[in-house]
Amino acid sequence: MFSILQTMWNVFLHMFHRRVTVQYPEEKPYLAPRYRGRIILSRDPDGGERCVACYLCAAVCPVDCIALQATEDSSGRRYPEFFRINFSRCIFCGFCEDACPTYAIQLTPDFEMGEYHRPNLVYEKEDLLINGPGKYPGYNFWRVCGVQIGGKDKGESEREAAPADVHTLLP
Amino acid sequence: MMISPYPVATIFGVLIVALTIAAGLIWLERRLLALWQDRYGPNRVGPFGLFQVMADMIKIFFKEDWIPPFADKTIFVIAPAIIMVTVLMSFAVLPIAPGIVVSDLNVGVLFILAMSSLGVYSVALAGWSSDNKYSLLGALRAAAQMLSYEVFMGLSIMGVVLLAGSFNLVQIIDAQRGLWFVIPQFLGFVLFLIAGVAETRRLPFDLPEAESELVAGFHSEYSGMKFGMFFVGEYLGITLISSLIAILFLGGWLGPILPPIVWFLLKTFLLICFFILLRASLPRPRFDQLMTWGWKVMLPLAVANLLVTGAIVVATAQGRSF
Repeated sequence: MFSILQTMWNVFLHMFHRRVTVQYPEEKPYLAPRYRGRIILSRDPDGGERCVACYLCAAVCPVDCIALQATEDSSGRRYPEFFRINFSRCIFCGFCEDACPTYAIQLTPDFEMGEYHRPNLVYEKEDLLINGPGKYPGYNFWRVCGVQIGGKDKGESEREAAPADVHTLLP
Repeated sequence: MMISPYPVATIFGVLIVALTIAAGLIWLERRLLALWQDRYGPNRVGPFGLFQVMADMIKIFFKEDWIPPFADKTIFVIAPAIIMVTVLMSFAVLPIAPGIVVSDLNVGVLFILAMSSLGVYSVALAGWSSDNKYSLLGALRAAAQMLSYEVFMGLSIMGVVLLAGSFNLVQIIDAQRGLWFVIPQFLGFVLFLIAGVAETRRLPFDLPEAESELVAGFHSEYSGMKFGMFFVGEYLGITLISSLIAILFLGGWLGPILPPIVWFLLKTFLLICFFILLRASLPRPRFDQLMTWGWKVMLPLAVANLLVTGAIVVATAQGRSF
């Protein structure tokens, strides 16, 4: 009997507690930088596409919402011919970001992507590409990898030694 | 006997005010529940979300008025009307302020008890005619619960009736000029409060519609405005019981400074808030606990209260002639 009265009193005291509701459209909730929201494709510091079209993101995606086609430009850089994410399927698990070897695909703290028409949720490459490097400002994949592309020969990457000359035995 | 000079105006006034309050309670309950659960509740439609009621009403009016093909159609349609009629009939004898009463009945208390007994039919018939096992279970529970709690509901007010020496609600209020009956009849007050919650089938005594076990109990099959009538009927019931408690135990319109009608509405409002607080804080008991509580605890207490009150009234009335 006493516990019933105490329960009621405790509930009554909640009148003076702060309300936990966030008045959403006027008052935005804080989203952590690593929040998993809308997916973007980032660029190198020098403006080139980071994506090398390795298909790892498409392979790891549990709902198969990523589609892309690899191609190569005249300098030997691989890039996606098209890159398509169907956000009506995406579950924002972030596996693609984990799988990406070049930090190209990243999830951002933005969830406000409601649409009236379902086809509008299919984002093409021009919708996904942003103008900056995203969460990894200094990183430039083509400058640290050992791959030879136009304008960068073997041994010219950052922290890369010159290739060994196989025609001499001298160290 | 005070008869209102404009009976028709009073009737419509009481009707409109009662229905408006019942509709407003939907909003009030949601806001208060939210307040006690650290939320906001409906606050988008209109100032403080007040027009939420209007939006809900529009929605409920435009819903399909569906009658299940397996239901007993006549009874299915009549059932929600019964609860509205019986509760609104009870409002006829409620004295709101001096001179503002539709019918100053000499047996007002008995009339209200009779009407609340008739209210059981609504629930029982609704559950029966729905031809659905959950509805039927809800109706059975409602019938058993309301019958058991009606017994001591009536007995718990008899103390007040003994002290006032009248079944007339206006005279009961007048008898409280010196001291509100909540003090000499505190046990009766508590008993009537509990019985009142059970009679209106409100939490924690909402076993007839226990949504965790019976879908929605007796109104599982109801939709649209028929469901709305059960809904409004429930809120009318809360208003009725709250104003009844205010009249019987808290001196009705009596109070200093403020005009009588304000006192009456204020007391009723606070009691309604208390009802909502009950809903916000208490879990519902098991059905056998409910029955045990009613028959083995509340009924003996009510009888004891009646006996003691009667003995005191007789002992102190030696010199007086009744």
